[in-house]
Amino acid sequence: MLETLLFPFRHIGHLTVNAIWRLGFACRFLFAVLKASGQCFTRFGLVVREMYFAGVLSLIIIIVSGLFVGMVLGLQGYNTLARFGSSDALGALVALSLLRELGPVLAALLFASRSGSAMTAEIGLMKATEQLDAMAVMAVDPLARVVAPRFWAGILSMPVLAALFNVMGILGGYLVGVVMIGLDSGTYWSQMNNSVDLHFDVVNGLIKSLVFGIAVTLIAVFEGYDATPTAAGVSSATTRTVVTSALVILALDFILTAFMF
Amino acid sequence: MKRSTIDLWVGIFVAIGIAAVTFLALKVANLTPQSSDSTYTLYADFDNIGGLKVKAPVKSSGVVVGRVSAVTLDTKRYVAHVALTLDNRYRFSRDTSAEILTAGLLGEQYVGLTQGGDDVNLKAGDTLAITSSALVLEQLIGKFMTSFGEKGGDSHAASAAK
Amino acid sequence: MSSDPFIEFRNVSFAYSGRPILKNINLRIPRGKLVAVMGGSGSGKTTLLSLISGQNRAQHGQVLVDGRDVGQMTGRELYEHRRRMGMLFQFGALFTDLSVFENVAFPLREHTRLQESMLRDLVLLKLNAVGLRGTQELMPAELSGGMSRRVALARAIALDPQLMLYDEPFTGLDPISLGVISLLIRRLNQALGTTAVMVTHDVHKSLDIVDHVYFVANGEIVAEGTPEQVRASELPWVHQFVYGEADGPVHFAYPTSTSLADDLNLGDVNHA
Repeated sequence: MLETLLFPFRHIGHLTVNAIWRLGFACRFLFAVLKASGQCFTRFGLVVREMYFAGVLSLIIIIVSGLFVGMVLGLQGYNTLARFGSSDALGALVALSLLRELGPVLAALLFASRSGSAMTAEIGLMKATEQLDAMAVMAVDPLARVVAPRFWAGILSMPVLAALFNVMGILGGYLVGVVMIGLDSGTYWSQMNNSVDLHFDVVNGLIKSLVFGIAVTLIAVFEGYDATPTAAGVSSATTRTVVTSALVILALDFILTAFMF
Repeated sequence: MKRSTIDLWVGIFVAIGIAAVTFLALKVANLTPQSSDSTYTLYADFDNIGGLKVKAPVKSSGVVVGRVSAVTLDTKRYVAHVALTLDNRYRFSRDTSAEILTAGLLGEQYVGLTQGGDDVNLKAGDTLAITSSALVLEQLIGKFMTSFGEKGGDSHAASAAK
Repeated sequence: MSSDPFIEFRNVSFAYSGRPILKNINLRIPRGKLVAVMGGSGSGKTTLLSLISGQNRAQHGQVLVDGRDVGQMTGRELYEHRRRMGMLFQFGALFTDLSVFENVAFPLREHTRLQESMLRDLVLLKLNAVGLRGTQELMPAELSGGMSRRVALARAIALDPQLMLYDEPFTGLDPISLGVISLLIRRLNQALGTTAVMVTHDVHKSLDIVDHVYFVANGEIVAEGTPEQVRASELPWVHQFVYGEADGPVHFAYPTSTSLADDLNLGDVNHA
């Protein structure tokens, strides 16, 4: 009887201890990756190659999603603003919501599911097929040769993708607000100009996306490197990457927003 | 995938990123002068600033000439002490007046500057002498109600007398 | 055997999280010889290789390679040791995101500062040595199992190692590929004068090419000898292993404490 009553607590305790253990492990992993990053800067080609897979191949999804998010913001924003007779402020609404929140967060979520999961699967499969062992036996540190370039490529790609997402969103809002609904083009841009501040909104948004980039890429390479080297292990590691990334992005977003705005 | 193709694409990618950030900085944000070299600060005291916020525009004849950089309460006289950061290109005479205006009926509030006739211009750190406070809607409605109430009372009294 | 051992195990024991894998192993592998370590699955023979390559460290005893203890090496020394060593993994472990050429060039690019033209010549020579010159533009996914094993071999010998380790080189190959690989292993050993350790459970193919055989069972060396001695061995365990008999000293059935009847709950029927 007592056992059954205690079971939920024991379970929660187990989960908590496990989570903290993994967090500590991930921190040590981060330091190991940073220590092994020297080669990334002497052989920048390695990072460029990974930027192709992490960044360039995400361009399409970022452009299309950004455009649609901007268009939806334009439509919904117009409907709400028109009720208060202030549809002129559409440009400001679209730009501010994208720059401060939606751009960095959505771009990071898309990046996690497009590139983060691919990184995890790739590193996990390399581990499962002994490629990482083969590298280590050839006296090449897999952290330096495989993990660190992907880590830095992810960090460098994320702000670019977020900025592109913002631009596409603002253009999407323009498309709906000005081209479809027929608001004045000049008002759209000037309202935006008046309410958006370079440091406060644009730079803070980019800092956010940089932080998300570090978090997502660290999770992705860590899960890949830590994956159980079997088919089931790699697939569950990939799932964990997407789920953990999403939670961490949203939690970090709250913390950063509280500090910044 | 050839190495040169990858290099080309990543180059394009980075260029897109720089273009996007430039677009955000120039077209979306107002790239007002930030450095202290190209701006100077004036102060103005208001009895009531209403809903004036830091970063609200300072306009003269409708042209944005600067921003509100700080709002503090002067605890000796209990008036609002507002710092205005203005573009160096625009200079105002000593008898310039500042008032707090509202864009549209319910729009954001901004500081309006009206140039005076004096030949001597204000220097950095000077305080504007002539100010008029914000129109606070509640007070306005309150005044209107009072006057309306007096009139209504009169008509009531008149009808009772009949 | 020769008095000049290249690899020597002295009273080596290894346990993985409390479970003993290797118990008190002693063996000597002379310079320039091709030696096979045989044993059933899970007998600890792959662990034995990982102790030589430094992927695992022995808890007791010494693993001496060319007179130096692998277990005591610092990170830098271990890398030096590995640069003089080549290893062929069970399924080749080619880098799937690199072409055949880049795979073979990988150790050269990482450890040398060769000019591109010289690097190309070296890679082609190594590919030629395994009979696969002309495949350099292919990706690993486009190769058959035997071919990718040969590319992996070319990659392992790219830096002309003094020591070659083969982890199950014959697993999952058709008879022709198997013949090619075993021929290559023998030829490389003779041509380059490398010392080679091969872990395998393919008895007949390896007995044809090796100089000496060690049998490992339950973490211990149970028998050793030249291929002729092994074939003629009267030891029941060796006889069972070499001739692949289903029952013998190694039992067919997994040892359990309960009987089949108990497990199927047949006992209850009688009581009822």
